[in-house]
Amino acid sequence: MCEQNKETCNCTCGCNGKDEFLEKLSKEYEPIKDNLIQMLNEVQEHYGYVPTNAQRFLSEFLKISMAEVYGVVTFYSRFTLKPKGKYNIAVCLGTACYVKGSQKIMDRLKERLKIESGETTEDGMFSIEETRCVGACGLAPVFTVNGEVYGKATVQKLDQVIDELMK
Amino acid sequence: MEENLVTLTIDDIKVTTKKGTTILEAAKEAGIDIPTLCFLKDINEVGDCRMCIVEVEGRRGFATSCIQKVEEGMVVHTHTPNVLEARHVILDLIISNHAKDCLTCTRLGNCELQALAAKFNVLNIEFPGERIEHQVDDLSPSIVRDFNKCILCRRCVAACKNVQKIGAIDCINRGFESCISTTENKSLNDVNCTNCGQCIEACPTGALHEKETINDVWAKLKNPDTYVVVQTAPAVRVALR
Amino acid sequence: MKTIEDIRKIREEKRKELDLRVNTKADTREKHILICHGTGCTSSKSPKILENFRKILEEKNIENVRVIMTGCFGLCAKGPIVIIRPEDTFYSNVTPDDCEEIINTHIIEGKTVERLLCKDIDGKYVNSLDELNFYKKQKRIALKNCGVIDPEQIDEYIAFDGYKALEKVLFEMTPDDIIEELKKSGLRGRGGAGFPTGKKWEITKSYEADQKYVVCNADEGDPGAFMDRSILEGDPHSVIEAMMIAGYTIGANKGYIYVRAEYPIAVERFQKAIDQAKEYGILGKNIFGTNFDMDIEIRLGAGAFVCGEETALLESIEGKRGQPRVKPPFPAESGLWGKPTLINNVETYANITRIILNGADWYSSIGTETSKGTKVFALGGNVNNIGLVEVPMGTTLREIVFDIGGGIPNGREFKAAQTGGPSGGCIPKEHLDTPIDYESLKTIGSMMGSGGLIVMDDTKCMVSLARFYLEFTVSESCGKCTPCRIGTKRMHEILTKLCEGQGTEYDLYRLEKLASNIQKASICGLGQSAPNPVVSTMKYFRDEFMEHAVDKKCRTNECKKLAKIEIDEEKCKGCGLCQRSCPVSAIEGEAREKRVINQEKCIKCGTCIQSCPFHAII
Repeated sequence: MCEQNKETCNCTCGCNGKDEFLEKLSKEYEPIKDNLIQMLNEVQEHYGYVPTNAQRFLSEFLKISMAEVYGVVTFYSRFTLKPKGKYNIAVCLGTACYVKGSQKIMDRLKERLKIESGETTEDGMFSIEETRCVGACGLAPVFTVNGEVYGKATVQKLDQVIDELMK
Repeated sequence: MEENLVTLTIDDIKVTTKKGTTILEAAKEAGIDIPTLCFLKDINEVGDCRMCIVEVEGRRGFATSCIQKVEEGMVVHTHTPNVLEARHVILDLIISNHAKDCLTCTRLGNCELQALAAKFNVLNIEFPGERIEHQVDDLSPSIVRDFNKCILCRRCVAACKNVQKIGAIDCINRGFESCISTTENKSLNDVNCTNCGQCIEACPTGALHEKETINDVWAKLKNPDTYVVVQTAPAVRVALR
Repeated sequence: MKTIEDIRKIREEKRKELDLRVNTKADTREKHILICHGTGCTSSKSPKILENFRKILEEKNIENVRVIMTGCFGLCAKGPIVIIRPEDTFYSNVTPDDCEEIINTHIIEGKTVERLLCKDIDGKYVNSLDELNFYKKQKRIALKNCGVIDPEQIDEYIAFDGYKALEKVLFEMTPDDIIEELKKSGLRGRGGAGFPTGKKWEITKSYEADQKYVVCNADEGDPGAFMDRSILEGDPHSVIEAMMIAGYTIGANKGYIYVRAEYPIAVERFQKAIDQAKEYGILGKNIFGTNFDMDIEIRLGAGAFVCGEETALLESIEGKRGQPRVKPPFPAESGLWGKPTLINNVETYANITRIILNGADWYSSIGTETSKGTKVFALGGNVNNIGLVEVPMGTTLREIVFDIGGGIPNGREFKAAQTGGPSGGCIPKEHLDTPIDYESLKTIGSMMGSGGLIVMDDTKCMVSLARFYLEFTVSESCGKCTPCRIGTKRMHEILTKLCEGQGTEYDLYRLEKLASNIQKASICGLGQSAPNPVVSTMKYFRDEFMEHAVDKKCRTNECKKLAKIEIDEEKCKGCGLCQRSCPVSAIEGEAREKRVINQEKCIKCGTCIQSCPFHAII
């Protein structure tokens, strides 16, 4: 998706500063302030993060200042400013999982991919994060890969999954 | 008893005031001073700093006197030991997270935080801890932002958004990492700031202040090859403190 | 569109058809295979199990068997769970490869598959749900339909008295009647605070306005809690019906349910339920031919625990940062967009239809003097039967942990149970016989909370646990008010110091001072209850705190920086490998002598432990 400023776009992607997805959004929602979070959720879902262009679009569409849009984006954990990796691995550190040793899984994940929580690997393949409880406490400890839940996790299982994804 | 009036007791003093008055205002009418930090009349009345907390009989916890409206028969205590301890702890926490270079700060002697710290006798910090170091933003031609001195009262945000209707700054991030900044944390110079300076007016500390160019003026005055002409800006009356 | 007669007809016919779901002696030739599709089981491949069953049945041309997805049965530890009705045979830990055998042996030959039966704690196999100790002390009211109906079929909901309460309310009761009934029932808010529900509805009804709102708080942010999720995924219509009854009572015709984004399955099922209700004309205008309208919309959360606080939730629905408002005014007076708003938790709503249909007297006969009805708990941590349980108020903690939960695994001892998540407190051994009830839990320093119940065994360090909870609170604090924003951070820093052996006894005093002031001065419940885990662990496990602060010792060895590494004399063979591996030359001893670690030099890196071929270092 084009990151250039709508007015001065001279990139070669052929988008002409337009974005189909954002145009679709502008037809689906009414331009009232209350829709900010709902629309941000869709943007996050679609792009995997909230690009500047999208923030500018929302600011103009809903008549809110850019600073305020940015303030909402940075408040909620779900909205990210950088794209995630192809495989986003999240380890649950909620109480039930913590008590069952999920910290060890997190440590192993950091060790293998050599990045910290919230970061993406150089090749863009993997990003890791800590997640709040996903409600699968019956399967603690839990980690997810792009939302898919792996329950009763162990360090070995994590290694297996990473190996598979790396192929 | 007129329908419009309310009688309550504050610190054993009977106070009669108009309906819709806050406890803070009613106390002021009775000559009782309740400390505030984030309160800015008609601009920022949010109850964030918790300095104005008071005890109200029959109610659990503390009441926020800058917002809470008076009620008939209310009994308020503004300086109980619990309240005083809480205020002291709050100041302690704010200062533990604040820059300590008062001597070279533009607000030395004129800072609301400093005044309260002196009033409440905060002589040593009981809860020192981590403080995030922020870079000072002085790229704008007239306004300098030093977040290391911000107490997150949000008076500046209210002035910019609600009074001036610009919205160049807002609160970003969450929790301990909360910060008053612009979109994408850019310099004030790179966003829609109009340099009106109302945020500086609103700020209780040295977090927002004007860029100093006095030394440049002295240099020009000293220079024998320059004619110096003075012209006052039309809004000088408003800018004088 | 369906008229009320249509609905009644569906109810009658469908109830007969589904009788085998609840009656082992049902007069039918059909068999229903129920497969749990709660999140836990779904991630363990229950959709695949369902698909396999359907495929095999089709291949073998078996016609009188239906395969149904249902909500959470509760015994997550034994998932995926499959139950065959009407005989109520309970198969646990089922895999997609077992489907063939189940069909051949159970369906065709009529014999149970022994190896898949559930084994109870005492080692005996049980045939059906009711025989399991896990279920014996439970009473499923809020979870009544979970595990019985297919949550994506509105007709199945209607079959089991679905939308009958709404009918009763619209045609036979006035709003004041409903409020009376709720007050008499003694139902209290299940979100954690326990405010009397009838009173809340009454107060919200009393405010006049041109528009009012009904909101359902489905943010369920407490880590370890998944009660609301199970209700939304297993029985979404019960919440819709209750919200409609609430709307009728307080005078609102618009409802919002705020669901956290981390629950995509719940969101999907709830949306389906709304769509189906709209299709039948149950949601919409002139419901059942009356002049009552109601519309419900979903609003997604975006990853902020603080949005479980009611005013922060309202801010979030309004598209803003989820920062709580100063109360008063309360939402009943000024809520969404300044209008009177009723906010209740999912589980609270799940109880409403039962109270309306069975009566307040029935409900208030269950529970204790001050806490009526049942409570759903999400039992987790170091306990055998992890899962969802619903028990009458007044059941003791001991019964839940040992009789229902099956006790502590791996031969370990019970140390404490945490209720109320990061806002609650821990309950030690000496209070195991406390009956679960709003007041008694508060008296011992904890709170009911939303229902998360985490059990901890004796390998858990309580100081480390307090720090863990504070870490959560610090990252979830909204940052609006000083005591919470900076205060919780400072508390966390002190706890970290204690866990790393840098703390002092004075730090314990500072912790207590901070705790009491944060509790009193914070704007909202998050800040006011953030110190609870610290206060309660310090109260009951003060000696552990003293050990960390003064002796620099962690008795469970969970705090790595305080762990002492020692060489077991008996196992040491004097090979010297450890000495050579030590990066700071902290191991002393001559060739072939048993080595000793100089504790003062040791940096506790653990390299020596891994280097010893005889496992002599611990």
